[in-house]
Parts: sequence; C-alpha cells; structure tokens
Amino acid sequence: MRALLIRDLRLALRSGGGFGLGLTFFLIVIVLVPFSVGPASSLLSRIAPGILWLGALLACLLSLDRLLTVDWEDGALDLLSTSPIPLEGIVSIKALAHWITTGLPLLLVAPLLGVLLHLPVDGFGVLISSLALGTPALSMIGVFGAALTIGIKRGGLLLSLLVLPLYIPTLIFGAEAARRGAQGLEFGTPLLFLAGITGFVLALMPFVAAVVLRLNLR
Amino acid sequence: MILTVSNLTVARGGVAILAGINFVMVSGTALVVRGPNGSGKTSLLRTIAGLQPQMSGQITGAEDRIAYAAHSDGLKAAMSVAENLEFWSSVFGGPSIQPALNAFNLNSLASRRAGHLSAGQKRRLGLARLMVTERPLWVLDEPTVSLDAVSVSIFISALESHLANGGMALISTHIDLGLDAEVLDMTPFKDLAANVETSDQAFL
Repeated sequence: MRALLIRDLRLALRSGGGFGLGLTFFLIVIVLVPFSVGPASSLLSRIAPGILWLGALLACLLSLDRLLTVDWEDGALDLLSTSPIPLEGIVSIKALAHWITTGLPLLLVAPLLGVLLHLPVDGFGVLISSLALGTPALSMIGVFGAALTIGIKRGGLLLSLLVLPLYIPTLIFGAEAARRGAQGLEFGTPLLFLAGITGFVLALMPFVAAVVLRLNLR
Repeated sequence: MILTVSNLTVARGGVAILAGINFVMVSGTALVVRGPNGSGKTSLLRTIAGLQPQMSGQITGAEDRIAYAAHSDGLKAAMSVAENLEFWSSVFGGPSIQPALNAFNLNSLASRRAGHLSAGQKRRLGLARLMVTERPLWVLDEPTVSLDAVSVSIFISALESHLANGGMALISTHIDLGLDAEVLDMTPFKDLAANVETSDQAFL
C-alpha cells in the first residue's frame, strides 16, 4: 500500500495537475475576492473564514475528476483489483494521496491568504485546525464520488452534483468554527462536530467506495 | 496446484453469453482459448480473474493466484520502465525486477519513460509485469497484440519457462503460439448459452 501511495504522489508531482491544480485555483479565487467585493477591510475580515473554506472546498472538487479515472482508463485499476491490496485499501490510499496533494497545500497557504482577506489574528489557529479536520473528509467523499462516476465519459459534472450535497455538513461546521474563531467566540462545538463528521466519513466511506468500485469494474 | 472450472455460466450485461464451461488445469500446463471476435473470450478470462461475477457455476483455485494481463497494460507514462516494474513488484511483495527486464529484453530501456515507448515495447513491459507478480496462474487476453515476431518468441520463451517452473497459463489468442497446449473452443458454449434463461425471464 505504501508503494501505491508513493506512486500516486510521484505521478502527481510529475504530470502536473495533481499538486498545482487545486492550489492554483485556491490562490486565484482568494486573490480575486478583494477585487470583486471591494477593499473594505471590515467586510473582508467578516467574510474571510467563509471564503477561505469555500475556496478550499471548490479546489478539492476540481481535482476529483481524475482521481480514479486515469487508473481506470489505462487498465491499472483492473490490475490493482487482482493484486493482494484490498479495494478498501486502494480507495483509502487514493484519498490519502489526494489529501496530501490538495488538502495539505491548501492548509499551508490558507494563513497567507488569510492575511490578504484581513482575517483577525485570533482566527488563524482555528481556521487551520478546522481545515485540517475537514479536508480529509472532502478527499474521502471525493473518492466515493469518483468511484460512482468512473465508467462515465466526461463524468465531471455528475461527480460534482453527487459530491456537493455530501460536502455541505463539512462546509457548514468548518466555516462556522473558523468564523467563531475569527470573532473571538467559543468554537469548540462546531470543531467537534466537524471532527465527528470526518471520523464518520473516514470509517464508512472506504467500504462504500470499494463496493461501488467493485460494481463499476464489472 | 489445480484450477477447476465447473459448469460455469459467463454473463455480460446480465445476459448469459457462455454456458456449461468445464475444464481442469494442473501445474505446468497452458490452455488456449479460441473463438471469433465477440465470442466471449475476454468475458471468460475476466470472470476467472474475478473481475466480474459468474452467473452460475464454480471456479476453484483461482483466488489470489492470478496475474491478469489484458489489452491495456496499466503503465504510467510519466514513470520509467524500471519504476513501473518496481511499483508492481512492491505491490506483489517485492521480488527483484532484474529477471523480468532480462527475459523481455528491456535492460536498455530501463530508464526510458514508459510514455516514450513504442506500442510493442509497452506490450513487452506489460508482459514483464507478469513475472514480478510471482503469481502461478497467468490469465492473458490477446498477449501478442502489437508484438513483432522476435518479441513473440521472447514472450513464448518466458511463458515456457514459467510453465516449466510449475506455473499455469490461460491464454486467448488468434495466432498460433506454437505451444504444446490444449485448446478450448468457445463455439459450443455459446450455443449452450442460448438456452440459459436470463434472470428476468426466470423471475417472470
């Protein structure tokens, strides 16, 4: 399984798209927000947590399309499913590789972009913790969506439609925790809810995604 | 080891396309599957490899023993020949890739990116993958497509040494490989499948 993770990370680094895509999209969206809503710092600092969370979510969504499709098209998924690695392991590793190439870089640049949006200093810690707790769930749900739409050519639209509703709880509690943190309010409850959702997703989704993938490989 | 297939019905899209397949394979033998295009060779091999469920019947001795190779080789264009092989080797428990490189004459290409190979070279790399899996039963769907005469003979000798080491091979092919192997013709099974009720009809 480690070999699969190393291979996926190596491919993401080499063929572009993986590391660059989500991160660049996130940067562009966040940098453009002050231009579109105007430079009023009070307004920006109020919407900053929500905008950062929304940008992170859309950046995750952007790279889901290729997550399993590439391996499916070149036959590697067929070969992997006859290998000693269980399908549950394969989808979990795919999600982990997606998180390392998409979620983790977003997490690291979010504080820099927070400065751009006048995010109050107190809010940085909560923003990063909420992203760290929430983005793994986005990747795992994304693998499930990718497994569902694997046989469909140009399945990107369907994938987004299927995955977005499942992203909403994570977005609500993630953005709420970040907002409360930024305004100096108590943020423990939404953060715990967020952790609970992520825990639930990580426990359940590998099995669901593997079942769906098994059906789709037939 | 023995592979036993008894009374197997192979379906595609819920409709039986082959029925009443029975055969037994023992170590060191190959079985060549023959039939015209669309006769269900690929579906049979995918069923035995566990990539699709059988409609009825039993397959014993296939689980976790199969190395499957089909039309697409699952190669990553951005990785070199050696990296591709090393990946599959570590997935299957980490045997050395050197024997596979030697057997398929890939040493001079080892550091070349897989995306820069010709179709025949890619095919050779795809077949070399079989050796690093160290699995006893090779299930090969049209293994000689896009190989030239020299490469075919390289493949045959790798196959023969695999069989000599107690391996087995189930091969669908259109050309004569010159192997000492039994032949399984698809045509009678197709006729039998015409009599199989689909699940919908059985339900009604």
